[in-house]
Amino acid sequence: MSALRLKKGASKKSAYDLKDPNADVIETHTLACIVDNEAGVLARVIGLFSGRGYNIDSLTVAEIDKEGHMSRVTIVTTGTPAVIEQIKAQLGRIVPVHEVHDLTVEGDSVERELALFRVHGTGDHRVEALRLADIFRANVVDSTLESFVFELTGTPDKIDAFADLMRPLGLGRIARTGVAALSRGK
Amino acid sequence: MTRQMTGANMIVQALKDQGVDTVFGYPGGAVLPIYDAIFQQNDIRHILVRHEQGAVHAAEGYARSTGKPGVVLVTSGPGATNAVTGLTDALLDSIPLVVLTGQVPTFMIGTDGFQEADTVGITRPCTKHNWLVKDTDKLSGVIHEAFHVATSGRPGPVLIDIPKDVQFANGTYTPKGKVATGHYKPTVKGDIAAITELAEMIEKAERPIIYSGGGVINSGKGASQLLRELSNETNFPITSTLMGLGAYPASGDNWVGMLGMHGLYEANMAMHDCDLMINIGARFDDRITGRLDAFSPNSKKVHVDIDPSSINKVVHVDLPIIGDVGHVLEDLLKVWKSRGRKTNKGALQQWWSQINEWRAKKCLSYTPSETIIKPQYALERLEALTKGMDRYITTEVGQHQMWAAQYLGFEDPNRWMTSGGLGTMGYGLPASVGVQIAHPDALVVNVAGEASWLMNMQEMGTAIQYRAPIKQLILNNERLGMVRQWQELLHGERYSHSWSESLPDFVKLAEAFGCKGIRVSDPSELDAAIQEMLDYDGPVIMDCLVEKHENCFPMIPSGAPHNEMLMGDASTQDAIGSTGAVLV
Ligand SMILES: Cc1ncc(C[n+]2csc(CCOP(=O)(O)OP(=O)(O)O)c2C)c(N)n1
Ligand SMILES: [Mg+2]
Repeated sequence: MSALRLKKGASKKSAYDLKDPNADVIETHTLACIVDNEAGVLARVIGLFSGRGYNIDSLTVAEIDKEGHMSRVTIVTTGTPAVIEQIKAQLGRIVPVHEVHDLTVEGDSVERELALFRVHGTGDHRVEALRLADIFRANVVDSTLESFVFELTGTPDKIDAFADLMRPLGLGRIARTGVAALSRGK
Repeated sequence: MTRQMTGANMIVQALKDQGVDTVFGYPGGAVLPIYDAIFQQNDIRHILVRHEQGAVHAAEGYARSTGKPGVVLVTSGPGATNAVTGLTDALLDSIPLVVLTGQVPTFMIGTDGFQEADTVGITRPCTKHNWLVKDTDKLSGVIHEAFHVATSGRPGPVLIDIPKDVQFANGTYTPKGKVATGHYKPTVKGDIAAITELAEMIEKAERPIIYSGGGVINSGKGASQLLRELSNETNFPITSTLMGLGAYPASGDNWVGMLGMHGLYEANMAMHDCDLMINIGARFDDRITGRLDAFSPNSKKVHVDIDPSSINKVVHVDLPIIGDVGHVLEDLLKVWKSRGRKTNKGALQQWWSQINEWRAKKCLSYTPSETIIKPQYALERLEALTKGMDRYITTEVGQHQMWAAQYLGFEDPNRWMTSGGLGTMGYGLPASVGVQIAHPDALVVNVAGEASWLMNMQEMGTAIQYRAPIKQLILNNERLGMVRQWQELLHGERYSHSWSESLPDFVKLAEAFGCKGIRVSDPSELDAAIQEMLDYDGPVIMDCLVEKHENCFPMIPSGAPHNEMLMGDASTQDAIGSTGAVLV
């Protein structure tokens, strides 16, 4: 039937070389987990990602139900479709995780992030920064004679775009919250 | 009916409520109040081990052989860190354990106090779940929840870290039934539409194989019974992973032997060539699949598993069924019977004649010797001399472990305790202690390699203290045999550090511990030596000197597919290609 012996030097592929048929398809998914707000729960979620080699692009967490001690963890992650499925299954296995939602596939959702930008400049740059901030509907939350702090809420793309525009105008430090997301309607 | 009591008394009370009869442990400063509470009662027996790793493996042996969770009690700091290997072992083999660790008092946590370690941090990745209890009022609730988590769904080890002040303080005891076990309720019933689809596949399959695993054992005796029924009623061949041995009896007609890296030729060939693979409670481990892109290329694959994360983790399956294998098998048999108990008998007959051709290769044959004991021969003789006995086998890790799996037959579940997922040398001796404590009158044999055995040999002291008549059958090749085999196969026979130049005299060691020692090196004296070991009413260490250079075959070299097995007579040099060599 089949070879009992291996030819000497026969070349064999290692299982680690094997390509997932979808390996080239890297998707970005936004996952929302409802978890017990107890000590160490975030460490469990993060430990899962680091321990199994998954990516975290963004992570936000805050308590959403004080009485029930529940928090919502929003994670933006990337991976092949198979890896995304594994991530969801593994998250679901964590004992204090009650629900796992893949907002990317569960219909429409809204995603927002809040960012603060400090922009240094005087003269024309200062005027241009203010004008662009107005177009992006960013608020000025602090100002000195040489700087502004803008507050901007929007999708991560919008925040990236604003940062790109501010860079030549004297962009200093940025603080971003990471994505909070919710499905529409329902 | 709630009651006030100290945390320490609460722990003992909660264990009693959970039906615990045995605790494996080792005392220290941070658990003294609990030991004091244990001292003042007689319902729970405490087994004093010699090392905390031993406590955890003993509890695993207890759990695996009884189907009940194993319980461990250790102190903070080094007590807890010594338990880590055992916890990881239990996690990978899905063994239910509840491990209680002492901790420095709450007001000292974070100060680098004496014997303080971040136990929940260290053990988070090697437990199914863990808790740090800072409030005595919550202690009994957490303990009851811990038993629920450890034993439901896919079982596993859990750990409760209990600061010393929480043990001393008074609190309100909440009895077992009064505790909300939380939202943790894994699905046990399988989807009936999927089960019906499987019944249809069973009716049509031409070359089916049942591939069963440790999940069947974990599901309980009923699941093994149903598995037997499925195979016997359909006449489907059945193979099993290392962890699943005994679920289907080795003497059963449809048994084609263990599969995987050191599995039987017929089992692996049947896996490769089948058209329907029914995975019941196994997880497509890399020891089983071999090269993934060549794994059973032409089959429809069905996977029954209680853990949704096992589905499609490494092998994409055509039909997943999430549920407890016992429940799913019961429903499957009902559906299949109600549809008229059909199978494709003609095709099955051809498939069996193909399998019988593979069987005829006699892949387990080896070159016998009249001068040296072959390890395979030693196990054949153990098998023959214990035939018909209700026998429990544990093993260490290495060649001897694989030979034990190949040459011993298991007729029932819960009789075979081995470290599968983690491959922990030093597992077998403490596990055999745990098994013997649970089954005081049964024959318990640890099939060991000399190197593994030395890793936890201190547990002989435990066996002697508790008069546990465990039999340690050391297949002594004076080598780290499995390492030596790999060095021969893929490192140009450069035997780097794969033997120890000074082994103890195992017979004198037996005497030093206070048990019986037997040495045998002549094949003609082997039977008498084994019989002497079996007949002796107490623990025995048997130093069985075996061939030093024997290799374990058949073998699927790493990076090779199932149908490219190395057999006993094959040339083994350079058998593994350079890309396969990076695999373990
Ligand atoms: C704790 C631990 N360390 C190292 C290994 C790697 N290892 C696997 S088998 C083996 C040799 C085992 O030797 P022995 O117990 O004498 O068994 P044999 O293979 O000779 O039968 C080693 C070192 C392991 N599995 N576990
Ligand atoms: Mg050895």
